[in-house]
Amino acid sequence: MYLYDHYDQAMVDARVAKFRDQTRRRIEGTLSEEKFRPLRLQNGLYLQLHAYMLRVAVPYGTLSGAQMKMLGDIADKYDRGYGHFTTRQNIQYNWIKLEDTPDILADLASVEMHAIQTSGNCIRNISADQYAGATADELIDPRPYAELLRQWSSFHPEFLALPRKFKICVIASDTDRAAMRLHDIGIQIVKNEAGEIGAAFYVGGGMGRTPFIAPLVKAFVPLDELITYSEACLRVYNRYGRRDNKYKARIKILVHELGVEEYSRQVEEEFAHLQTLAIEPPLAELERIKTFFADPAYEADLSDDLDLSNPAFAAWVKNNTAAHKTPGYAIVNISLKPIKVLADGTKEAGIPGDATGEQIRVMADLAKTYSFDELRVTHTQNIVLPHVRKADLFTVWEKLVAADLAEANLDKITDIIACPGLDYCTLANARSIPVAQKIAERMADKAEEIGELKLKISGCINACGHHHAGHIGILGVDRKGLENYQLLLGGCEGADTSLGKIIGPGFDEDGIVGAVEKATQVYLANKEGEERFLDTYRRIGMNPFKEAIYG
Amino acid sequence: MADVQFLFREGEEAVSAPTVALSAFAEDTNATAVVIQPGEDARALIPHLDRLSLVEVTFPAFTDGRGFSSARILREAGYTGELRASGDIGVDMLSHLHRCGFDAIAPNAPLDLAQAETALKVWPQVYQATVVDGRKPIWALRHGL
Repeated sequence: MYLYDHYDQAMVDARVAKFRDQTRRRIEGTLSEEKFRPLRLQNGLYLQLHAYMLRVAVPYGTLSGAQMKMLGDIADKYDRGYGHFTTRQNIQYNWIKLEDTPDILADLASVEMHAIQTSGNCIRNISADQYAGATADELIDPRPYAELLRQWSSFHPEFLALPRKFKICVIASDTDRAAMRLHDIGIQIVKNEAGEIGAAFYVGGGMGRTPFIAPLVKAFVPLDELITYSEACLRVYNRYGRRDNKYKARIKILVHELGVEEYSRQVEEEFAHLQTLAIEPPLAELERIKTFFADPAYEADLSDDLDLSNPAFAAWVKNNTAAHKTPGYAIVNISLKPIKVLADGTKEAGIPGDATGEQIRVMADLAKTYSFDELRVTHTQNIVLPHVRKADLFTVWEKLVAADLAEANLDKITDIIACPGLDYCTLANARSIPVAQKIAERMADKAEEIGELKLKISGCINACGHHHAGHIGILGVDRKGLENYQLLLGGCEGADTSLGKIIGPGFDEDGIVGAVEKATQVYLANKEGEERFLDTYRRIGMNPFKEAIYG
Repeated sequence: MADVQFLFREGEEAVSAPTVALSAFAEDTNATAVVIQPGEDARALIPHLDRLSLVEVTFPAFTDGRGFSSARILREAGYTGELRASGDIGVDMLSHLHRCGFDAIAPNAPLDLAQAETALKVWPQVYQATVVDGRKPIWALRHGL
């Protein structure tokens, strides 16, 4: 885990003091809401339908037990007892009072956390692979590069009034678990033919109303030019990104309109210029950061044996754990998509990504005792304990069961990504949460048979719920004053990134639940061998689904 | 045109020469002061830097950050004359403007002096080398560079 030195701490403390001053001026009335808006946004504070919402940064999704515990305490002290983990690997609180925010930021700063640039037209929190440092399938831990970028992008004076928000993701595995190519800049750490480590830059991806998969802009940027090249990418965007229409202001539109060759050429020109200016931190700084991400003290010669005689435990191990690079250890996924079965047999699904203050503290304790004091937040709105001894898995599972955190549904149809939707968000056209709950409740008994199926719901065209990238995607729209839901099929955010296509006319809330169920029936009827839903769709195409749903 | 409220040029006064638009500048060989708008390319001035005593970069809206890049580009190219930010400038932009190389600020509405003083001192250190602000970034301090 990265630890702040006195410089990092001073920067965050300065930010808290600055925001305290801005908030005071706002409450006094000397700062207008119009002028306050971009300032509070760059501190993650939104004015939503019912209250202020505060989004807290979890850089590259990595947290310590103490940090996680603080997130739980904040939920209890300043919110209504829960927090909502987001698709940006962050957490947001939906019921915040403006006058409390400086104190919340001070509490966060006491555990080396902040809400810097979690919103606004600036470089946002850097995201990364949630299995970084734990999985065997990566080249190297990508987080030191993400931390280097975090520092560079924090309060960068040239890039705080960009045309639009800017999201950067860093991975180092061909198995893309972080939707890398759907970011403004997606960086994959790679090895070149000479065996040197460097970075491949994919620029101009994104979802929203005009989704694009980011094209490769530069195949190999040496590690001692990472910041310089990033700065060149951003400067070209800041100067030439569109500002006449906020729906065309993301870098994906610039790259698309210029063409990837012309954008690359302009970046190269700027890069060549910036290389003369010595703006790059020395490699020694990267080495300093790397020491914080060294492997924890794994025990040697642990057994991989597991007693799977308890069927519920066995199902959880099968679905929610992943292979660790070290023998005797496992990566544990904690699903925040619970489905409660009531006494009369009816099911009650939770709100995707929500956890109570108490649940957050349970996860913090588990991390402390069983996972070298580390947790991750995933873009699928779940939590990861990255380094758990297999010998401890049963104990961990029992404690999760006791806290209603042991749903064994990772990557299943009930493990739904959903944005807050019209229940909270001022931008939304339709509710997302109730649709997610209804689908989860309807499909719970079939989830295991259906297998991997990534379902993602957005309550408006801005696509915070990643509907373009769902094997099944749902987009809520406003149709003549009524909530209407469009169904998309065939999206994917992994190594084989693809964008979903709208199948046909939209549905009302009950209609969309039925349409999803029918789509799964078409899959089960047509599935060959080990095919996932996505594979079957790609093989047989849209028509059989259309016929079943509209026929 | 708004007056310069903050000038960070030791022992100097704000340049009072009349400014011309960038489009007129190339023909007007007597002009020593120029205004550039957000959509204009600051690099067009690079061949003429030696005859310039003032470049005014406008911020018609504080949400449009193109002027930050214009400023750094001019300073990176070696411009040493007055670099003035004018327009819709709030107190919270001051340190960023200064870090990008502006040394004169002419806000549409004068800023509160006490607030401005606080805002200019807000960052004890900085993470980036902008080069043009003369500040050592944190990484340089960490490694004794």
